[in-house]
Amino acid sequence: MDIRFPLGLMFAIVGALLAGFGVMTTSSTMYAKHSLGVNVNLWSGLGMLAFGLTMLWLARRAKPQG
Amino acid sequence: MQLHWIDYTIILIYFAFVLGIGVVLKRYAKTSSDFFLSGRSIPAWITGLAFISANLGAQEVIGMGASGAKYGIATSHFYWIGAIPAMVFVGLFMLPFYYGSRARSVPEYLKLRFDEKTRALNAISFAVMTVFSSGVSMYAMGKLLHLLLGWDFTMSVLLSAGIVLVYTYLGGLTSAIYNEVLQFFLIVAGFVPLVLIGMKDVGGWSGLQARLATESVARGFDPGALTESWQHMGTPAANPMGVEWFGLVMGLGFVLSFGYWCTDFLVVQRAMAADSMNSARRTPLIAALPKMVFPFLVILPGMIAISVAAPSDTGLAGRTPATYRLETTAQAGAPTALPIMQRSLIPPKLDDKGNPVVGTDGRVALDYDLAIPQMLGRYFPSGMLGLGLCALMASFMSGMAGNTTAFNTVWTYDIYQSYIKPGASDSHYLAVGRYATVFGILISIGAAFVANRFNNIMDLLQLVFAFVNAPLFATFMLGMFWKRTTGHGAFSGLLAGTLAAAVHHGLTLPVGAVAGVKGGWLAQAVHTYPSEMAQNFWTAIFAWTTCFVVTILVSLFTEPKRDEELKGLVYALTPIPHDRNLPWHKRPAVLATIVLGLTLLLNVIFW
Repeated sequence: MDIRFPLGLMFAIVGALLAGFGVMTTSSTMYAKHSLGVNVNLWSGLGMLAFGLTMLWLARRAKPQG
Repeated sequence: MQLHWIDYTIILIYFAFVLGIGVVLKRYAKTSSDFFLSGRSIPAWITGLAFISANLGAQEVIGMGASGAKYGIATSHFYWIGAIPAMVFVGLFMLPFYYGSRARSVPEYLKLRFDEKTRALNAISFAVMTVFSSGVSMYAMGKLLHLLLGWDFTMSVLLSAGIVLVYTYLGGLTSAIYNEVLQFFLIVAGFVPLVLIGMKDVGGWSGLQARLATESVARGFDPGALTESWQHMGTPAANPMGVEWFGLVMGLGFVLSFGYWCTDFLVVQRAMAADSMNSARRTPLIAALPKMVFPFLVILPGMIAISVAAPSDTGLAGRTPATYRLETTAQAGAPTALPIMQRSLIPPKLDDKGNPVVGTDGRVALDYDLAIPQMLGRYFPSGMLGLGLCALMASFMSGMAGNTTAFNTVWTYDIYQSYIKPGASDSHYLAVGRYATVFGILISIGAAFVANRFNNIMDLLQLVFAFVNAPLFATFMLGMFWKRTTGHGAFSGLLAGTLAAAVHHGLTLPVGAVAGVKGGWLAQAVHTYPSEMAQNFWTAIFAWTTCFVVTILVSLFTEPKRDEELKGLVYALTPIPHDRNLPWHKRPAVLATIVLGLTLLLNVIFW
């Protein structure tokens, strides 16, 4: 099993989850309290999702039978 | 610190993947070579990341954060001096022997190069050390999770041990390696945002410098002592570490660092699992690239933690600084003379009764180990908090897994196959390896509980392990580069070096320490060191030198192996692989030059 598959999958799932949570909580006070007003859940989530999808794509590209 | 559903969900997803990877990889662990060495089939980028992750246990993450708060940017020496040169060396010069000799473990290399008794000495001491280290990781994680989240210590230990047991039992080294790669990216994902937000809060590097200048002066040093890594290394009194550059470079940079990266099977095993000699040699070099950058991920948070004021409602599992003060005054019956307020994110160190611990200088001791957890609690909302804690847990667990896979390999090949039951079938050894995984974890769990009851025993054990490790590199260096070194020489050198370490420690004390676990137990302290770190570095230097000299002397009086026996094991008798026709990024010498150049640059920038 190519490691990029579980790696990509985990980060895609966690990233999507965090980004979704970030969208849901946009008006929460916790961002002002903790991360200087930045919705770090949304941004980190999107970053992780991008990373995860990239890994999945690389894994798929390496395997001809997809 | 309160966790919400999103945090628990992230942690559960991680656990599910970790276990799932183990389950899927079981079908690839058909032979003992698969189980212990991943069939020597792993590509260089994966072994490279695993190499650095195996080393990046949570004690390193938490410890470096603590050191960042205590010593400032000078902590980077542990990386730029204390790791990179050794990693380059092992990749360029030692892996040809480890990989080319087809040794299946570091002790096995010693057997091929020297003799059985040298192998036995190394195998037994390593096996004991590694299984106890695993226990210490379990203990540290249990304690931290209890402090931060109120989780039951026993439950944390058993849960983490159980998860590690399942995936290493099923998938062997490959499982451990895959999960180490996951851990690496989790740490990056968790700590990059932390550093970005923290740095923004303190006003960037110049803002941090200004705040740490105040802190540095408050501690009695020059303003730059916490943000300049070399300028204050002239004398021990000028820097918070209490060392001078020679002890640092020789003790940390040479003996301790080479001793670890070049001989510790935990990391070397990952390089041995690579799919080719070229990949094996590139493994530590590839690992060196993120290793160079990690100071920014783990040390900076510590430095930020000490320079940021505690928000009014920080606390641990519900306890606030105000509560500390209330408890203390209630105990004493009168307002105490000591200011207990928490000036930065780092809380005072509390003893078992909840009272602040006071150091010998009359000041309240700070619990620096909490720097990183406090940073997570301060700057991360729910969601990222779960991710950050998950990254920490991943570090602890992959440290345990690394120790477990190293243990089961050394047990099976170097102890069981060599002395208990040689000549059995491969599937027999595979089964033995799986049993060893189980009982290795059980011993570690036991060690974790012992550590919980008797803190000092753990300190003592780790001290003994340091004595054993210190001389190792001299033995390997002589073994690989001087064909005249003999088995008797190696064995006596190792014993003499370990003894020298113990004697040196027994006769010296760091300033302000009481004789006992800290030193001075053999006799009245002959020499006092300005700090514990200085004592460690010089203990290492003495041990290494003793081992070096004794090994040479004894070798000159004993019979070496014949040249034909040493082919592939010694520099003079092994052809160095030629790689002139490979692309630049596959040439170890090129990678090494790039790594060293960048490291030099970093040292200059933070001079």
